[in-house]
Amino acid sequence: MRLSKAWLVASRDFKVFKRQKNIWYSIIVFPIIISVLFPTILEYAGQRSRGALPAANLPNLLNSFSFFIVIGAAFIPLGIASYSIVGEKIEKSLEPLLATPLTDEEILLGKAIAALLPTLVAMYAGAAVFMVGVDAVTFGKLGYNYFPNWTFGVLLLVLVPVAVVMSVLYSVIISSRVNDVRSASSYGILIFLPFMAIYLASEIRIISLDINGILIIAAILSAIDIALYFLSTAAFQREEILTKWK
Amino acid sequence: MIGLIETENLTKKFGDLVAVDDVTLRVNDGEVFGFLGPNGAGKTTTVRMLCCLISKTSGNARVSGYDIADKDDSLKIRKIIGLVPDNVGLTEHLTAYDNLDIYGKIYDCSDSQRKESIKRFLDMLGLWDKRNVLAGTFSKGMKQKLAIARALIHDPEVLFMDEPTANLDPESAKTVREFILELKKEKKTIFLNTHNLDEAQKICDKIAILNTKLRAMGTPDYLEQAVKGRKTVITLEQTNNKILNAISKLSLKNLEHQNHTLSFDVADPDSENWKVVEAVVLAGGHVTTVDVVGSTLEDVYLKLVRESA
Repeated sequence: MRLSKAWLVASRDFKVFKRQKNIWYSIIVFPIIISVLFPTILEYAGQRSRGALPAANLPNLLNSFSFFIVIGAAFIPLGIASYSIVGEKIEKSLEPLLATPLTDEEILLGKAIAALLPTLVAMYAGAAVFMVGVDAVTFGKLGYNYFPNWTFGVLLLVLVPVAVVMSVLYSVIISSRVNDVRSASSYGILIFLPFMAIYLASEIRIISLDINGILIIAAILSAIDIALYFLSTAAFQREEILTKWK
Repeated sequence: MIGLIETENLTKKFGDLVAVDDVTLRVNDGEVFGFLGPNGAGKTTTVRMLCCLISKTSGNARVSGYDIADKDDSLKIRKIIGLVPDNVGLTEHLTAYDNLDIYGKIYDCSDSQRKESIKRFLDMLGLWDKRNVLAGTFSKGMKQKLAIARALIHDPEVLFMDEPTANLDPESAKTVREFILELKKEKKTIFLNTHNLDEAQKICDKIAILNTKLRAMGTPDYLEQAVKGRKTVITLEQTNNKILNAISKLSLKNLEHQNHTLSFDVADPDSENWKVVEAVVLAGGHVTTVDVVGSTLEDVYLKLVRESA
């Protein structure tokens, strides 16, 4: 597999995304919500409760908020990958691409990069703003900057990429079975289920979102990623695309 | 002569459905090969197999000596071919220039090659002024032309075109046909899927008629002659015994005389009709019209397709 060729496919998609407002919105909305909304909630809750939000409870709350970065990372690629593949199906532009000397794997990797890179950039930028915002509103209570910390670092550098990859691969499989971007997004919403399950499990203390907990979750999701990789590469084959895709 | 494209008993089945059955054909270097057939005849499936987009079920096929069934060869084949699919498949949110540029990069064309080719083809097709316009805003004809330019960007050895003039208005279709004729002058090998008989006759050096199985193959003239039944119809100002006697001496097949019209079977109108006209004139007759009716390429096509239905 030639990375340079996969990059060509990705760069072609980036050029298309530049002209697609919907994709821009899907990339920036979630990071903005996380980075602006959560610090605002903390600030507002702190002012309203007048001490009812004790410093001892803040770390748990902040860890819970942090997990929304992962949920966002799973959400953003749905729109991008759905458009990137279903959009090509609608425009019938995959056939000429498949007739070039690119391999199926190079095209698939290019599509994955096109969904993965903007998501990571957006979520990492959102996470940076989130950290600064949260520190600004919690410093007074905690007496120290809660972020950055190792737990959040592992979450960002391990769990977020795993979640993004899962979402991209899942989108490829969904895209091979539907004919329009809206259907792809509707089915894509199912990707939230495992992440919401993890979030709820952490809230009711079944699992802990500390470093060990995050690494275990990442390992399980990585195993699912591997299974999804095989399913998506089986779906993303020239003959399948031209003869069996809807 | 070794063909640039050769198939031997090429067959493709989708489950129980036989899409292409036992097709053996050869396309020589520099030839424009017309692949004629009704919808569902297997033309697109054949092109997709030859472009290594789908696998064959049985038989063999080689493009420029490379085996379509070999994984390494299939990459080499895709390097030396250009495909204009039946749906143009442009990236509608990219400009005309970007649509071509990205394909030039995929085919490893250098910067200067890409710039030169893009300018050349967009100029030839009258699209240079529209190079920075989004492809999605183009008319059908312009999109088709852009798709052809995209397929040529890397100067392929073989150009596969799947019904390039279908759904185009007459003027756009004419422009595309003229462009194909330009490519023919440059000795580009073209595999042209079409169900436009007139187009095939005007453009192609060789024609194959497909309806799942290959029904006939040859030059347009050969195919016309392959099906008997052509007649020459000569209309005279008036007929008389002197003229009819003169004609009867030529031992024409199935000669018929009605009012002032003579008709007879003809195998080679170019070499036979002038003798009849000469005999009429020498006998003092005045010829009003000479027509050849019956077995045109259309007749051949319809006969073969109906026989196979």
